[in-house]
Amino acid sequence: MLNYDIVIIGGGPAGMAAALKAKECGVDSILILERAETLGGILEQCIHTGFGLQYFGEELSGPEYASRFIDLVNKEKIEYKTDTMALEITDSNVVYAVNKKDGLLEIQAKAVILAMGCRERPRGALNIPGTRASGIMSAGTAQKYVNIDGYMPGKKVVILGSGDIGLIMARRMTLEGAKVECVCELMPYSSGLTRNIVQCLDDFGIPLYLSTTVIDIHGKDRVTGVTIASVDENRRPIPGTERLIECDTLLLSVGLIPENELTRAVGIGLDRVTNGAVVDEYRETDHEGVFACGNVLHVHDLVDFVTLESQTAGEGAARYVLGKKQKSDQVTTKGVGTVRYIVPQKINLNNEGDVKLFFRVGNTFKNATVKVKYNGNELISRKRPRLAPGEMESVLITKKMLDTFEKDGVIEISVEV
Amino acid sequence: MNYDVAVIGAGVSGAFAARELTKYNLKVVLLDRCNDVAMGTTKANSAIVHAGFDAVPGSLKAILNVKGNAAMSDVCKELHVPFKRIGSFVLAFSDEETVTLRKLLERGNENGVPGLEIYDSEKLRSAEPNVSDKAVAALWAPSAGIVCPYELTIAAVENAVKNGAEFIRNFRVSKIEDDGSVFTVSDGKQEVKAKYIVNAAGVYCDEIAALIGDNSIHTIPRKGEYMLCDKSSGNLASHVLFQCPTIMGKGALVTPTVDGNLILGPSAIDIEDKEDVATHADVLADILAKTQKSVPAVSTRDVITSFAGLRAHLESDDFLIGKSEKNGRFINVAGIESPGLSSAPAIGEMVAGIITEDCGAALNPSFDPVREEPVRFRHMSNEQRKALIEKNPAYGRIVCRCETITEGEILDAIHAPAGARDVDGVKRRTRAGMGRCQGGFCGSKVVELLARELGVEINEITKFGGESKILYERTK
Ligand SMILES: Cc1cc2nc3c(=O)[nH]c(=O)nc-3n(C[C@H](O)[C@H](O)[C@H](O)COP(=O)(O)OP(=O)(O)OC[C@H]3O[C@@H](n4cnc5c(N)ncnc54)[C@H](O)[C@@H]3O)c2cc1C
Ligand SMILES: Cc1cc2nc3c(=O)[nH]c(=O)nc-3n(C[C@H](O)[C@H](O)[C@H](O)COP(=O)(O)OP(=O)(O)OC[C@H]3O[C@@H](n4cnc5c(N)ncnc54)[C@H](O)[C@@H]3O)c2cc1C
Repeated sequence: MLNYDIVIIGGGPAGMAAALKAKECGVDSILILERAETLGGILEQCIHTGFGLQYFGEELSGPEYASRFIDLVNKEKIEYKTDTMALEITDSNVVYAVNKKDGLLEIQAKAVILAMGCRERPRGALNIPGTRASGIMSAGTAQKYVNIDGYMPGKKVVILGSGDIGLIMARRMTLEGAKVECVCELMPYSSGLTRNIVQCLDDFGIPLYLSTTVIDIHGKDRVTGVTIASVDENRRPIPGTERLIECDTLLLSVGLIPENELTRAVGIGLDRVTNGAVVDEYRETDHEGVFACGNVLHVHDLVDFVTLESQTAGEGAARYVLGKKQKSDQVTTKGVGTVRYIVPQKINLNNEGDVKLFFRVGNTFKNATVKVKYNGNELISRKRPRLAPGEMESVLITKKMLDTFEKDGVIEISVEV
Repeated sequence: MNYDVAVIGAGVSGAFAARELTKYNLKVVLLDRCNDVAMGTTKANSAIVHAGFDAVPGSLKAILNVKGNAAMSDVCKELHVPFKRIGSFVLAFSDEETVTLRKLLERGNENGVPGLEIYDSEKLRSAEPNVSDKAVAALWAPSAGIVCPYELTIAAVENAVKNGAEFIRNFRVSKIEDDGSVFTVSDGKQEVKAKYIVNAAGVYCDEIAALIGDNSIHTIPRKGEYMLCDKSSGNLASHVLFQCPTIMGKGALVTPTVDGNLILGPSAIDIEDKEDVATHADVLADILAKTQKSVPAVSTRDVITSFAGLRAHLESDDFLIGKSEKNGRFINVAGIESPGLSSAPAIGEMVAGIITEDCGAALNPSFDPVREEPVRFRHMSNEQRKALIEKNPAYGRIVCRCETITEGEILDAIHAPAGARDVDGVKRRTRAGMGRCQGGFCGSKVVELLARELGVEINEITKFGGESKILYERTK
């Protein structure tokens, strides 16, 4: 049995930022477990730029952003094991992991930080009928084939879903000589960042069809085409709008699911909307000493926010290990109406500073007002020129406000137009 | 090459025919047009080992089903294939259907099905709490079970190959000539010679029979579409749940799989095209509605994939197994629709019986019925895992994270007798890519491992043979 103060599962931007912060807070015994051959997480395959604008004030590529943190991890001599998969966390924070070199590892941790990231939703989740031909894959898989392996997964491409990865791959495949016929989005708006729609589609003349979906896939061995159709407000295909588009590849970019197998198995409470753990302001879950951050907690559009959130979790884990954490009464947060979720879901009343609440809306709005209420009384009212599902929003609950709260109070966020 | 028997079709029927034949001193070759075994109907069905109360007493379906069911425990033990005798219920939602249950019970008794019993709704619900409260009674059949059909087939072929049979893939039989004692079977490029032919070509049985001038068979492909749900809903049913049968088949069912997923389906629609295994939104929606009648809590939320299989239906509504009327050395195994999987061990035995009776082959003294148990990392204790990785570090690298499948298991699948040559082949043997993300993460790793082990470029690897390539040329 090995012993560490903090074991971090996942060596992506979340895991690394959490490790660095914990170290800075005075914890030396830290181990990062990473399943891939290198640290860096999903960033390693994102060779486009657009990372770090918020955090570093510079536009970096994914691997560049990651390498800044990898360098720091090495400099700070934080231990890590790559090619190592965590298999299980027990009730008493023992982590089981495997790799080729050490075999089965049994590690007793005082605190565990979950930073496993997320994965793409598969086709089945959409129930697209049709054939089982080859040539249907997630946009992230295609990204890996093109950017890491150096092979083209197709020549004539339809992309379903206008998530950021889909948009990025539309551009990437076009630059590599493929013809991207269109991007279809089920919703009346794109879930991708506006800048990606402009830079990845508009600049290349790739059409984006909103309120459109793929209703059938053709081809026996390899995909030969897909049938697309417009959908009504209930997202049902409208008869008569079907259109066959010839293609050899269908890329899916239909959302990401936090990778919470380990979390679920140990019985940590999950939020039904985020599919991530329910956490407090330090990102501690309902399982004492287990923290979560990054995409495994909720899907972020920008890695910069992942980094910030993970620093909070790293600090929380360090406080816990160093015995600085004290039990406290809590208030809960609750999204109302279009506000789909809020992270954190709980706040400790003895918190010493301000707490930022992150949330997402379920629709696009222009000139809307974000309202924050405590037990029905308005705390904040803020005009926002634009709200969109693709962009995470935040509000600040100040220490002053917090001091007026009482046990089991409820903070609600809503949007009014 | 010269063989005693050429078995055409490596579905579950052909696999068990080949395995049974290797129990004798016979040189057996198993031919399939696909890049792997179990690529026809055998890979897409309800995966149920039926108890045997559906078929008309005295029919081959009835006899072979009950026999196959009884043999399944031993066969699965020898082949190290998971088999769970979980029992089945036929649900009745009205008094009229309760009458049907009684008829099925009588029929079952006549067929020799053990342990049949009619449950009232209370007893049913305590056995199966998620079942609809509209179900008024159920027929309980304790001998029904579940098995993974392709795993069973893969294991049977592995065992046959271990006992001397040969498996030739990508051999689409298109011509058969007979000189009176030896057949020459060819696909236009290669040929094999054999004294006997077993025609186990599934929905294509009629076309294979026609190659020797036997035009007596006409298979009607009857399609069944399914949905497969995530393991998180696997516990919604702990037994096979049928509805009352109709003339088109056994109706919509809900059943757990041996791996803990949940299957919803099948539809039953007669079609023309024997290649058409596409699924359809309206059909899937209909299946959902029908299965919700049995288990209201099933939902599309947990569906991870859909698939379809073709029943090789004959007008006679029974299996047709025996010597062709045109040629006594040509054995038809036709019309093997449900309960073909359940009957497979008995079908194999029957086929071997016909041939050995005809040629008088002696028993093969070195026949070994055991197929070694494949390594299943996910089912091991941590102690076992430790020891395993010490022996071979390849078991220390997890490739498929959803199902916890190691590199070692994938290498085993590739190097097994009649092993995997494509991504789907690895998936069927190991479950890599079958979990929640459906290969989104490990698919590319499996491609790399296949290429490395088979010594080819990664863009030569296919999803399931033929033109199902995954990658094109190198990027710029
Ligand atoms: C394709 C793509 C394109 C993107 N484009 C942009 C962009 O343009 N700009 C931007 O700012 N952001 C972008 N993002 C978002 C950003 O990359 C992510 O928000 C960020 O990488 C999330 O960090 P993470 O550490 O939470 O997760 P990840 O980067 O996914 O890291 C999680 C790590 O945990 C490891 N892991 C998981 N389970 C285990 C286990 N059981 N044992 C051991 N290790 C485990 C994984 O291997 C992985 O390395 C993009 C994301 C994707 C997927
Ligand atoms: C919807 C559905 C549900 C079912 N549910 C059940 C169930 O729950 N329980 C049960 O017992 N049974 C069930 N069945 C029946 C069962 O699946 C079949 O009886 C069984 O799989 C038939 O196996 P087979 O080997 O005869 O045919 P197949 O599996 O179709 O094998 C035939 C093989 O022949 C090959 N072939 C075809 N033409 C050629 C050629 N020219 N040259 C070389 N090879 C060729 C094909 O590639 C194929 O591999 C179901 C069937 C369906 C369709």
